Parts: sequence; C-alpha cells; structure tokens
Amino acid sequence: MSGWFMEARSRLALLALVLLANVLVAPGFLELRLVDGRLFGGIIDILNRGAPVMLLAVGMAPVIATRGIDLSVGAVMAIAGAVAAATVNAGHAWPVAVMAALGTGLACGLWNGVLVTIFRMQPIVATLILMVAGRGIAQMITEGRVLTFTDDGLAGVSSASLLGLPLPVLIALAAAIITGLLVRATALGLFIEAVGTSPRAARLAGVPAPGILIGVYVWSGLMAALAGLIAAADIRGADANNAGLWLELDAILAVVIGGTSLYGGRFSIGLSVLGALILQGMRTCILRSGLPPELNLLLMALVIALVLVVQSPACQPAIARLTARLTRKGTA
Amino acid sequence: MTEPAATLLSARGLTRTYPGVRALDGVDLTLRAGEIHALLGENGAGKSTLINLLTGAQPIEAGSIHLDGREVRPRSPADAAASGIVAVYQEITLLPNLSVAENIYLGREPTRFGLVDRARMRREAAILLSRFGLSIDPAQPLSAFSTAVQQLIAIARAVDMSARVLILDEPTASLDSAEVAVLFRLMRELAASGMAVLFVTHFLDQVYEVTHRITVLRGGKLVGERKTAALPRLDLVAMMLGKLPSGDNHLQRHAAREPGAPFVTVKDLGKRHLVAPFSAGIRRGEVLGVAGLLGSGRTETALLLFGAERADAGEIIVDGAAVTLRGPRDAIRLGFGFCPEDRKLDGIVPDLSIRENIVLALQARLGWVRRLPLARQRELADTYIKLLNIRTPDAEKPIQLLSGGNQQKALLARWLATKPRLLILDEPTRGIDVGAHAEIILLLEKLRDEGMALYVISSEVEEVAAYADRVMVMRERRQAGMLTGEEVTPSAIIDAIVTPVDMPPPGRAA
Repeated sequence: MSGWFMEARSRLALLALVLLANVLVAPGFLELRLVDGRLFGGIIDILNRGAPVMLLAVGMAPVIATRGIDLSVGAVMAIAGAVAAATVNAGHAWPVAVMAALGTGLACGLWNGVLVTIFRMQPIVATLILMVAGRGIAQMITEGRVLTFTDDGLAGVSSASLLGLPLPVLIALAAAIITGLLVRATALGLFIEAVGTSPRAARLAGVPAPGILIGVYVWSGLMAALAGLIAAADIRGADANNAGLWLELDAILAVVIGGTSLYGGRFSIGLSVLGALILQGMRTCILRSGLPPELNLLLMALVIALVLVVQSPACQPAIARLTARLTRKGTA
Repeated sequence: MTEPAATLLSARGLTRTYPGVRALDGVDLTLRAGEIHALLGENGAGKSTLINLLTGAQPIEAGSIHLDGREVRPRSPADAAASGIVAVYQEITLLPNLSVAENIYLGREPTRFGLVDRARMRREAAILLSRFGLSIDPAQPLSAFSTAVQQLIAIARAVDMSARVLILDEPTASLDSAEVAVLFRLMRELAASGMAVLFVTHFLDQVYEVTHRITVLRGGKLVGERKTAALPRLDLVAMMLGKLPSGDNHLQRHAAREPGAPFVTVKDLGKRHLVAPFSAGIRRGEVLGVAGLLGSGRTETALLLFGAERADAGEIIVDGAAVTLRGPRDAIRLGFGFCPEDRKLDGIVPDLSIRENIVLALQARLGWVRRLPLARQRELADTYIKLLNIRTPDAEKPIQLLSGGNQQKALLARWLATKPRLLILDEPTRGIDVGAHAEIILLLEKLRDEGMALYVISSEVEEVAAYADRVMVMRERRQAGMLTGEEVTPSAIIDAIVTPVDMPPPGRAA
C-alpha cells in the first residue's frame, strides 16, 4: 500500500505543478462560478474535457497490464457515436441509442479479445485492424458526412449536469470507481497482473488466462463507447473522421504516466486517471497561454519525455538516493 | 584417435555468483590442441555459465583463462572471438533474412573504396563453404537452408574468424542422424587441424562417438575430467548425477510403511513427439521418484500428468474414476499441484509480492469473484513464511528479490495453500543453497508422512533413492523401468538409466 501512495504522491505533485502553471497563465483559473445550477471554472473545464481520455485510460490500463495494447479505442469511439446518432435519427428514443452504442463497444472489444486470445495475434496488430477498419465502418454508418441529430436526450450526455457537475465528469468518475472496485475488490487485478507479468506461470497456477484476456479488451471497448457517446453528444453529431482521432495515443500515455509498464504487470486505475488529468491540464495550459498552437504538440512531447525519463530504470536509483536524503533531512 | 598434444586453453578456478546461488565455483577446464572435449552436466550444472565466461558474455569474478600460455580476459563475445574463442549455439544466432555471405562476413565485410564489396564477399564465402563440403549459393538468404546447413554455416563463420577454440552448444539437438554424421566429420577435421572443440551435449552416444575427453560439472562445481575411452558409461552417469563412490547406504533410507490407498493411476499415458506411453501408480503417503537424464522425457511426464500438455493416448484414473485433463485448471480441481523445473519462467510471477505469489493458485481455484480478504491473504502468507522458514522481512516484498531456495519454498507454499492431494515437483532442489536444500527434503518427507502423494522428478539419485518408495526411470523419452522397495538404490537407478531400451525412440524411425 505504501508503494501506491508513493507513486500517487509524485503524480499528484505533477498535477499540482500543471495546475499552478495554469494559474500563472490565467489568474482566474481556480475560480468556480455557479450558473444555472452548474459549476464553471478552470478545474471543471479540465475534468470535463478530460473525461473521454479518462474513460479510455480506465479501459486501457488493464489491457496494458496484460502486456497488450488497444489501438482501436479512437475508432471505436467513432463507431459508437455513429451508431448512437443513426439510432436516434431512425426515430428511436435516446436510451435505445445509448444502449446500442454501448453494445457496439462491447462487440468491438469482443472482436479484439478473440483475435488476441483465440487467434494469438499480437495485440498491436490485432487492434490495428479495428483502428483502421473502424473509421471505415463509422463512415459507412454516417454515409461519409457529419451525422447531426437534434435529440436533446442524447445531447444531454454531454450538456446535462448533476449536483453541479457536468455529466461527462460524473460518467468518467463513476467508470473509474466501478472499474477500480471490479479489479481490486475481486481477484481480477491479481489475475491480470499475473497474466501480464508471467503468462506461463499464471497458466500453471490455474489462472483462467483466456477469460481474463478477452475480458480486458471487452471492457476497453465499453469504455471507448462511453467516450464516443460523450464526443458525439458534445457536437450533437457523429463525425466519423475526427471523433476520437489519435485519442488512443493520449490514453496510452495517460496509463504510462500512471506508472504502468508497457511490458505488463502492475497497474493502477486511479493513477491512470491522474495521468489523463495531467495530460488535459497541460493541454489546457498551453491553449490558454496564447503560445502559437504549433508549439502545443512540441511542449507536450517535451514534458512527457521528461516524465518518462524521470520514471525510467536508469534514473530511479538517483531519485531514490535524493528522496532518501530529503526524508533524512526532514526527520532530522 | 590420436592422443592430442599441447594444452591450448587452460581455465583455472572460474567462479561466478548470482544472487543467492554460486553458479560456478572454482571450475578448471583444460583443452588440448587437436581434441574434441565434451562438457557434460545436468541443467543448472554450470555449463552455460562456463561458456558465458569463456566467451566474455559475462565477466569473470575469480579465476583465469590462458590461451596458448597468454592470459586472456574477454570482455565481450567479440573480444573473445578476437583472441580465438568462438561459440556456436543451438539456436542459430545468425540473421535468417540476410544472405549466407552477409552472415559469414557480418561486421567484417570486405570493402572496396569504403563500400561493401559484395562480389568479393560472395566469392570468398563460396570458397570457404566448399572447404566445409557445402556447395551452396552464398547469395541465397540463410533462411532458405535447413537447420543443419545453418549450423555448418555458423561454424564456417566461426572458423573463418580464426577461431582456435570452438565451442558447440548442443549443436546436434535439432539434427537428424545423417546431418549429425556430417557435423562430426567436420568436427574431426577441425580438431585435426589443431583447433580444440568443446562439445556440449546431452546425447551420451554422441559423446562416446566423437570426443577424446570429458569434463563433468555438477551444481556449479567440477566433478572431474576423464579420458572418454577410459570412462565406462555407468561411471559417467554416476558422475553427472552425483552418486557417491562410497556405496549405496550413504543416506539413510526411510523405513518401509504400509502402502496407502491407491490415489492416481496412470495407464499408457503419452503424446506423440513428446513422450512414449508410460504407466505408474501413485498412492497416498508415497513418493514416486522419477529419474533420468536431461532430455529423457522426465519433465514431459509431469506436463502430461498436470494437463499442461494434452495427452493423445492413455488415461489417468483418480480415486477409481477416469478423468480428462484439458488444462492445468482441471488438474488443480482434482487436487493436483505442480512446481515446474524452470522456476523463474514457469513458477514465480516476479513483479508480484511473496503474498500474492503464495495465494495465486488458491485464489485461481476460488475464482475471481470470491477474492480472499486481504487479512486472510496476509495470514496465509505469514503462516507459510513461518512454516517453511522463508527468509524475508515481510510478505510484501517482490518475490524476485528472494534467493532461489526461498523462491522455491514460496512456490511450495503456493500449492500447500490449496491443500493438494498430489504434488508434482520437477527438480525441487535444483540451483538452491545447501540449507534450503535440506529443508525442502525434510518438508517433502513430512508431507509424505502426512499422507500426501508426491511425484518427484530429480537428477539427484542419492536423494531420490533415500526418500522415494518407488522410482520410475526414463530414458530416450520412454519409460525404462520401475524400481520398487529394496530395488531402489542409486546404483540400480543409474543402471536403469544407462541400460539401452530395445525400442527406437518415438518420433524418429518408422
């Protein structure tokens, strides 16, 4: 447990740094205003805009922990959004559209899981198939245009609020809490980490590896569908070309910043969510700073490289020495 | 065979320690010019470590290597090659997608005006290969040729790098008999030209066919060096398996007991290309020992019995009812447990804590929904840490930080937590320190006396003879005998291992 808090502390410190940078570029950043029963402000903005990547990271973390990866989540967002839009436009009620989109996400995840588990494809290749084909499928559903809708219920997925918080934030937090409980209140987390660290040892110990593997991809598909619903509701339309574009990379980065190794093993849902918030905080900061937009990607890349270098095995001994010295001074 | 002449390579006192285990302990090796020298030993005897030190793949901790009277201290395989020591491994370490010529001259390509002179490279490669009796097109990709030819190409490359000492690590493992003959002719020619060939293998027939001398390692120590012609096969196996010369009653054999109820019966269980059908019965409160050399099929019997490999013949009867094992989970449901030979790869989950490693099998049997509460997990871990004397400050340490012996105890704990009825152990005492070794033997005897059925594969014949009620002997991937009661002695086990079986090994002829 203490290990988790140590890791969480460094992530929280990073997030605090990012928020501080936001305050420096926009002095009113921390202000919260209540308008029509809904909170507005810089923090809420980061949570709200970060919700899709938070959801993707929540789904991605268990996948990466099994030594896998899911490149298709951006495309699954596009498909789910398209399915939802097409369903309400066909005259169905919005709950039907939501269920249809979530069902589509589950099916996409099952496809990935079966390719990886039954057909033993490398995860990066197996999910690349849906990453490429998924946008095509979404375009077929939208017939190549932005499929707009007017259904207020479906749009509410993005615009509604509860207890002053935007619905996307609540959805992302609920998904994170449910996933966290699902893996830690049961033995799933242990099995996922065992399969990811040493598949052969896990199998010989009786861990039901195939079920675990399919399960993590199905869950990732479900989380991607939720993110896709939010993205579509946000613009009241399904944009097959741009919905969720490149977000799979943000999700992978968020998980890695959260301390999960791409070689599988230990993972944390909470730290992955923190990773997503750190990314969104940086993005917001750069946008508000008024720096030329072409600098955004470069700065993000630099910061991320820095974070990962600090986390790398090559740097860890030096950091451990530094921490030890600091704590000794602190106690003395 | 002519008597080889002067000493070419002389290694003295080579030592290498890994955390918790001395992989090589003051080993000497002498290679004479013109000799083929066998390096023998079971898994974990230190063969690989010795080769790694000779080729500079790992640094030498203590000891020295002299080549032609000059001390060499290779810092890398390239460095060793420059001084004339080259190793060719079982898994070809060349690049399959490059041409034969490119592979031979990789890293030392002939150049012309600073560019690689491909025509010259192909020409020289063809000449070199023809010296080895290979008339193949050097422009073809390496992958176009059989394993045997690739092996010969790897040797050609080594020889062309002016090797004086050629180390062949299990070169014949994937060759058929005609290819082996070609390889042996080449080895003899190379030796005749004044090189020394160090031949690592587990095929004893081949050792007697081609080598002049034999060095045997066991548990990281040198057992001895002998002339091949003067070493009977029985004595060789005794050296490899650590039978003491003092006789058969070195370890006290446990008193005969009333045999318990029959628990597991194996009838003609087998799988093509893995192991020929074997039969055995295991009773409660009994140890069935399994003996045999490396590659004899001893591990494969365990894989079939645990469902890790699916049998295609025979049946397993548990408590009188025939069962089908579709995987390890089926075996675990029946109350089986399995500690595999390769502890690091198949046993421990390195990143996870000792506690998580201990509860893993029990939790897997309970399923993912019924998670063991953390308090119960801690209690289990602490109980077994105390019971098995696992040396660790606490149960939350990652298991990879433990020594080999303590890792093995944690794996035993993993299965004991499931309250198994049959425990299958593959080399439970390999590569662990002396103290833990004795503790594990005592534990096995205690479990046996409490009524557990044990299936123990071991290459420690003295030990097996001491604690096993019966011993199944494997040879050339088939059952070569079953020793019972008074027949269970180290000498009888070694006899059975050495005596040829009259049938051909499976998967080869006919």
